[in-house]
Amino acid sequence: MSLDKKDVEKIAHLARLAIDKQAIPSYAKDLTNIFNLVEQLSAVDTTDITPMAHPLDANQRLRVDKVTEANQRELFQEIAPKTEAGIYLVPQVIE
Amino acid sequence: MHTKTLYELSKLLHEGDISSVELTQHYIDRIKTHNNQLNAYITVCEDNALKQARDADQKIQQKTAGKLTGIPIAHKDIFCTKGIRTSCASKMLDNFISPYNATVVEKVNTAGMVTLGKTNMDEFAMGSSNETSFYGPVKNPWDNTRVPGGSSGGSAAAVTANLAPVATGTDTGGSIRQPASLCNLTGLKPTYGRISRYGMIAFASSLDQAGPLARSAEDAALLLNEMAGFDSLDSTSVERDVPDYTTTLQDSIEGLKIGLPKEYFSEGLDPQVAATIEAAIKTYESLGATIKDITLPNTGLAVPTYYVVAPAECSSNLSRMDGVRFGHRCDDPKDLLDLYQRSRGEGFGEEVKRRIMTGTYALSSGYYDAYYLKAQQCRRLISNDFQQAFNDIDVIMGPTTPTTAFKLGDKTDDPISMYLADIYTISTNLAGLPGLSIPAGFVKGLPVGLQIIGNYFDEARLLNVAHSYQQATDWHKQSPPSFE
Repeated sequence: MSLDKKDVEKIAHLARLAIDKQAIPSYAKDLTNIFNLVEQLSAVDTTDITPMAHPLDANQRLRVDKVTEANQRELFQEIAPKTEAGIYLVPQVIE
Repeated sequence: MHTKTLYELSKLLHEGDISSVELTQHYIDRIKTHNNQLNAYITVCEDNALKQARDADQKIQQKTAGKLTGIPIAHKDIFCTKGIRTSCASKMLDNFISPYNATVVEKVNTAGMVTLGKTNMDEFAMGSSNETSFYGPVKNPWDNTRVPGGSSGGSAAAVTANLAPVATGTDTGGSIRQPASLCNLTGLKPTYGRISRYGMIAFASSLDQAGPLARSAEDAALLLNEMAGFDSLDSTSVERDVPDYTTTLQDSIEGLKIGLPKEYFSEGLDPQVAATIEAAIKTYESLGATIKDITLPNTGLAVPTYYVVAPAECSSNLSRMDGVRFGHRCDDPKDLLDLYQRSRGEGFGEEVKRRIMTGTYALSSGYYDAYYLKAQQCRRLISNDFQQAFNDIDVIMGPTTPTTAFKLGDKTDDPISMYLADIYTISTNLAGLPGLSIPAGFVKGLPVGLQIIGNYFDEARLLNVAHSYQQATDWHKQSPPSFE
């Protein structure tokens, strides 16, 4: 398989990554090489093999639905790029 | 003082021969002298360390101290440390002062250990040479033209050069064992779930596991005692008692059944590394172990499987770095999309972007079954191989890495060649098994690591097997002459 400039631009958009225009050919080449390596897997017979998502096949643990965390908004917002009145600020989304 | 074992340091502290403040200051001075050459630390916490040391001295005087109270430690900069920058070696988190402690940090703090600083690493733990760090590469203390391995390269270099007695690391595909091998250390990746991942910045959540980087199995056991245990804050933490890993170190290994997978001794393995590993196996035979040839037939699938699973999980985990609540934000974003794209584009380095894009593509509509689902099925096959093998044997042995430390810059232009540096370590993470690397000798002055893989929760046995070897050999006691 081979990924081209358009594929890389689409993937970068999906990943919300701005990438340098000049770097696109090298990303295309690297991603192509990586997926050619991955391509080996397609030759493996995996009929009836249960996918393994987690090493220990553990069940998700549940906890009592009780508030245990204190509100630490001020502490957490100290490290935020931009806040106002306890709210995180981003560029206007709704006109 | 800086060549002593943790037991020796503990004894000196408890008998009042040295104070934790003196010991801590000694390490801080060594870091100031040597860190420029190695770039092992990103952040040195002098004031905080001396404060912790004073508290430790008080506890020792009041006889309320534990074994490791007052002993300094370095943390990989992937563990959140409250009030201290936690960068993950990325521009994205260059300004991130963590508002909380990782559970591992909390536990070793409670044990009274002193945090010297935060060590360099590959950016977001993605790399095998420590060259993807935003803060520049780490140099191998044995030869500063070579890499220390990665991603826990700073922790490995710091312990090797005696800039910390012991350190924490994390291992997603070999990131504790490979640098341990390249730097002549004992590095243990425990069973998945043994140590809490809470506050350990996530790369690939089904593979990541923390562990100790130490100068001996005994030191590693002492630190593992503090790091391991159930944590309700990590939903994949395992509810299982933690044994005292030091009590079984001295057990006899007479009759131990060692499996040698033929796939770990095949093409690509440096012949001199192979010879060194074979000599180590002979030592085990002389200690009463028996050797059996085994096969792990799906070993060849490990690297391609990993390079679907790990990037897929990383693309999801790293989506939280969006320039909104913490971390890097671009200047003057024109809209929300621009804010996301440029903050991430500027904040992440090349390798991280490459892996995010690999994962995004593998998970994208129409490709999920062909890549992600297929990789998860192959992961099962790899895991089954191990379970099959453990029917007849106790531990698996082989090389940790195919070669000794390579030159800085040697593999940076070819990501695939870098990925293959982890060919013997990746399977263990996919299966969730514990693995350990110990010093086994030198080739042309560079360390060689022997890897020992155990069945689930068999850390005590791995440490016992490693300790037995270290009682019979002194490879682990070798230090690079310029840092003695």
